[in-house]
Amino acid sequence: MTTPSNAVNGAFEPPRPAPAAALQPTRPFYWSVRRELFEYRSIYLAPLAISGVILLGFVFVLVRLPRTLQRAMAMEPMAQRHSLTQPFDFAAGLIMAAAFIISIFYALDSLYGERRDRSILFWKSLPVSDLTTVLAKASIPLLVLPVIAFAATFVVETIMLLFSSAVVAGSGFSVAEFWNRLELYRTMWGLAYHLVTVHMLWYAPLYCWLFLISAWSRRTPFLWAVLPPFAVVIFEKIAFHTAYFSNFLIYRFSGGREAMGSANGNVLDPEMHMTPGPFLTDPGLWLGLVFAAVFLFLAARLRRQRSPL
Amino acid sequence: MPCIEARGLRKAFGTTVALDGLDLRVEEGRILGLIGPNGAGKTTALNAILGLIPYDGQLRVLGRDPWVERERLMRDVSFIADVAVLPRWIRVSQAIEYVAGVHPRFDRTKAEAFLARTTIKSSSKVRELSKGMVAQLHLALVMAIDARLLVLDEPTLGLDILYRKQFYDSLLNDYYDRSRTIIVTTHQVEEIQHVITDLMFIDRGRIVFACNMEDFELRYVELTVKPDRLADARALKPIYERQVLGRSILLFDRADRQQLAALGELRTPGIADLFVAVISNQGGASHPANVQGSYEGVTR
Repeated sequence: MTTPSNAVNGAFEPPRPAPAAALQPTRPFYWSVRRELFEYRSIYLAPLAISGVILLGFVFVLVRLPRTLQRAMAMEPMAQRHSLTQPFDFAAGLIMAAAFIISIFYALDSLYGERRDRSILFWKSLPVSDLTTVLAKASIPLLVLPVIAFAATFVVETIMLLFSSAVVAGSGFSVAEFWNRLELYRTMWGLAYHLVTVHMLWYAPLYCWLFLISAWSRRTPFLWAVLPPFAVVIFEKIAFHTAYFSNFLIYRFSGGREAMGSANGNVLDPEMHMTPGPFLTDPGLWLGLVFAAVFLFLAARLRRQRSPL
Repeated sequence: MPCIEARGLRKAFGTTVALDGLDLRVEEGRILGLIGPNGAGKTTALNAILGLIPYDGQLRVLGRDPWVERERLMRDVSFIADVAVLPRWIRVSQAIEYVAGVHPRFDRTKAEAFLARTTIKSSSKVRELSKGMVAQLHLALVMAIDARLLVLDEPTLGLDILYRKQFYDSLLNDYYDRSRTIIVTTHQVEEIQHVITDLMFIDRGRIVFACNMEDFELRYVELTVKPDRLADARALKPIYERQVLGRSILLFDRADRQQLAALGELRTPGIADLFVAVISNQGGASHPANVQGSYEGVTR
């Protein structure tokens, strides 16, 4: 895409700068994010592929749907809803899990990979600061992937809903009643809440730790990210016979309070577990965000200093 | 304002001293060839100039401290580190889009016009291009940036002779306009002899020789001496002597050409010949007095 400023510049005034373009501080950030999408195409291709697989699998759910409806009629409302929403929750969970896994691998590779293939020398030859680059990379797991996960889920579940509605109507049940029981907006709302609280805010220190290791390590960033915490766990176990650190890690990984506490284990059921008050007043959340910021800042410092591998 | 001014630049990696109090001054509009043996500190010096590594001592590039202001400086400076730094996954079109996106002084039409003269397709990925094509692509990107300083560190490393010739031709014909400054390091010194306006030799982290090319041609002369006049020639204090096919070739600095002409054939030496002379005369001493003098002469 030729920007207007560049086009004018190229056509009419040969050498001197285009001050208008220089004044937009968001441009380097925007293009740094675009560059990440150029390089790591799995950020959008993997959710797309997973969505395709889900829809393929849903064909079998559709075949069984009339029988499921029959059986659901006999159930009490709660169980009825559960049996109907199950494939929808499953789809959302699968896409979310894919986004999480991509985030982990992306965060571990990004700052290490550009040093390994020496392309960091090319990136650094352009007027983009290290902090801008690191923030653009951090925005992938913290912003871009949750948004992609939500959008993919929304599209997949809309398609699922339309096909199920057709089957429901075809087998003589009431479509309105089906939509009513399904309450899909609740799933979507629960998903959005879960993505923001758990994937963006609660996991932020986790991703940022991986970015830091990725910027720091000279080889095998995965081992450096995983082994030191593991060593601390072992040390604590042997020296003090306690498990505070491993409990802390499990708590952090499992998503904290917003990912637990649901009676039927369904994190996407908003009524069961949405507790924004306690979540926002949890010191663990804010401490985690402080650590995330420190990790990112250090990662930017390291990127400035580290030479190619 | 000089384009680059360094005073007492120092950089050590562990116990290895890469820059040992390097002094350097490059005026705007010059094309400087920075020549040195492996491990002399060329790349370290360039990395310091480009804000890629921290250093001790004073350094100003276009009036800025490169380590503190790399991002700002890179609007006016471009560099080609060596041929292999373009990411292999990027498409030609993506590279152009990205540089156009982040660089306020990138002229997209210029880059595309340059690429149109090559066989590079805009849909190709860098990994699909040959080494020479990657160099052409990188040069296209860099030449479309309206920079005041261009730094080329071994830009033609590993390229065949055709690409190397093309590379310098494009640089001179399509880019250099006497207001831009270019620094180039290379081991293929003979290729840049007629490209550069200034010459510096770097050894053990210091500039050991500096001279502009007009002075170079006036000052230095090489004499292929007639065998029977060798003693006479040696008496005129050549700075270096070497044997080629049984004949002695003597290198003189500021000698009387008429006097020398009587002793054999004269020609302007190659940069490589002078380089060998300067570096071997250095021997263990890191600080010969005459070198300091010639250095002062060049900075003017």
